[in-house]
Amino acid sequence: MAAATKTMTDPASALVMVPTEARDWLIVLPVLLPLIVAAGLIVARHTLGRKPGLANAIALATCGFTLVATGLLLERVLSQGPLTMMMGRWLPPFGIAFTADALGAALALAASLATLLALVSERAEKPSPAPAYGSEPFALMLLAGVSGAFLTGDIFNLYVWFEVLLIASFGLLTLGPEKVQIDGTLKYGFLNLAGTTLFLIAVGLLYGLTGTLNMADLAGKLHGLTAGPVSTLFVLFFFAFGMKAAAFPVQYWLPAAYHTPRAATAGLFAALLTKVGIYGMLRVLVMLMPDSSDGLSLMVGILAAATMLFGALGTLAERDFRRLPGFVLISGIGTMLAGIALTSPGGLTGTIFYALQSMALMLALYLALFAAARLSGTADFTRAGGLYDRNPLLSALVLSLFFAASGLPPFSGFWPKALILKAALDIGAWWLAAALLVSGLLLSVGLARAFLIGFMKPAESIHPGGRLPLATLLPVALLTALVTLAGLYPAPLMDLAGGAAGGLADPAAYIHSVFPEAAP
Amino acid sequence: MEGLIALLATLYLAAAIYLLLSRHVVRMLLGIALLGNGVNLILFVSGRLTRSVPPVMVGAEEVLRADAANPLPQALILTAIVISFSFFAFLLVLAYRAYQDLGTDDTAEMRLAEPDLPEPPRGY
Repeated sequence: MAAATKTMTDPASALVMVPTEARDWLIVLPVLLPLIVAAGLIVARHTLGRKPGLANAIALATCGFTLVATGLLLERVLSQGPLTMMMGRWLPPFGIAFTADALGAALALAASLATLLALVSERAEKPSPAPAYGSEPFALMLLAGVSGAFLTGDIFNLYVWFEVLLIASFGLLTLGPEKVQIDGTLKYGFLNLAGTTLFLIAVGLLYGLTGTLNMADLAGKLHGLTAGPVSTLFVLFFFAFGMKAAAFPVQYWLPAAYHTPRAATAGLFAALLTKVGIYGMLRVLVMLMPDSSDGLSLMVGILAAATMLFGALGTLAERDFRRLPGFVLISGIGTMLAGIALTSPGGLTGTIFYALQSMALMLALYLALFAAARLSGTADFTRAGGLYDRNPLLSALVLSLFFAASGLPPFSGFWPKALILKAALDIGAWWLAAALLVSGLLLSVGLARAFLIGFMKPAESIHPGGRLPLATLLPVALLTALVTLAGLYPAPLMDLAGGAAGGLADPAAYIHSVFPEAAP
Repeated sequence: MEGLIALLATLYLAAAIYLLLSRHVVRMLLGIALLGNGVNLILFVSGRLTRSVPPVMVGAEEVLRADAANPLPQALILTAIVISFSFFAFLLVLAYRAYQDLGTDDTAEMRLAEPDLPEPPRGY
């Protein structure tokens, strides 16, 4: 290493001697808060198990604080540029850096909001008969892992957060009495563990190539290298992140696992886990390896189109309320990949916009369709029917969410799709634009049919009652309102996504926040 | 030396992938264990491989000697070993539960979460 050649007689050359400012600690709060409270909840599980709702209330308060912290962090990053904190006060690139830029902070904010609302809907779930101590500690640990992944500035640390959120998701998936959960977890577990191990291989090779793991340092060092090894790394990372994000052809674990757990858990997974894969692609592939991103964009584009169409066709073939949103999710992953394939500011803005609104949309869709399955007493919507007569409010919410998922105006899915479509047409990638439009059409056909059969068609037998608990309806209604609002007033989200995309295309500000002495 | 270890890592990964492609959960578990070790070897090679000078500073030394081994990959491997071991333990328990609950260790026969697809709905 470079520093080994010069003598270090003064510890000031290895350590940051200025103490971290109190307000800079904001950057680790979204990780520390949920992690500490989750550990506390596990320790106190026997005491808390006797008071139903108490663990949930504590977790809700923690998520509330995390939401405020991420909100302040985003405000700070937007007004003053990226923020860096070095662990153990080692000078970069030797210590582990936490660096928040607009992309990471915005995604962390959306993640804590999604966890908060999923925990609210968890209150409506029937307590499990098995000796389970509740899902709250795992949900908080998942939030800690996801926030850590969004905020870390060190690529090995990113791997560690991937494993943290993976083990938390294993816990959430297996928590419950159903045999089907074991089956789903087995497939989810093996494939995702193989995916993160591939990511670790890529990290090892990256370290062998560059001798550094700090992302800001990597951004400079990878630039001067020959294309061959970097392209190999690109493909390895793409495969690993694609497995996390459920991109074609490694997406089969998602429809096998996401319909098995409880509504809040499934919604939380849909909101957070696949987005982490997309975030990894944006951070590592787009920001650190821009040359390879351009060179291999055709491969990414073809896989994006295949992912979109697979999801849309799956939606057409499905007749299960609980499995349906999984295919909608996969189709959305294809849309985000398309923006990554284009690598233009418009495409990246579209991808980030889509990821942010998809967190709200997918959580709401899972919660609403699981509620519909519970109301009808069967997950097969061809045998359900008549839900509109029994709960018009839920039906209206589901219809809005279906519109948003198909990318129809005036809901939030429309704008990012329009941005990506325009970016594709600008460079003459007509086939990608066509895949985007065809998958949108197939999605709207499939979802409209599901709505007509499941909600509008008169029921063959009338089930008594159609009321849903407030804790189920409230998060869905809030998220649907957000999705509608983002469709009607897209400007704030568009600006945010545009700023974040600009930070990826030109990481000078990111690098400057880690190495202040370098020229901005 | 690097070449030999790289070859060994390749063998580990090849065996791991072969085992992971099996339908039987027990073989897949062995594949996961081998995969983790293969990756550790890759991390090991990514630093310098020397056995002459340990990365220890003696007395008044404040910098490592130029030909010392690189300690960072070893820290990475330590982390990776802990993580892969705990995941292996979890998957082991999960596989045992799956065998108890589902009565098979053949993934092709585990069809609870992915039942044979019924016909898609036709008409309204």
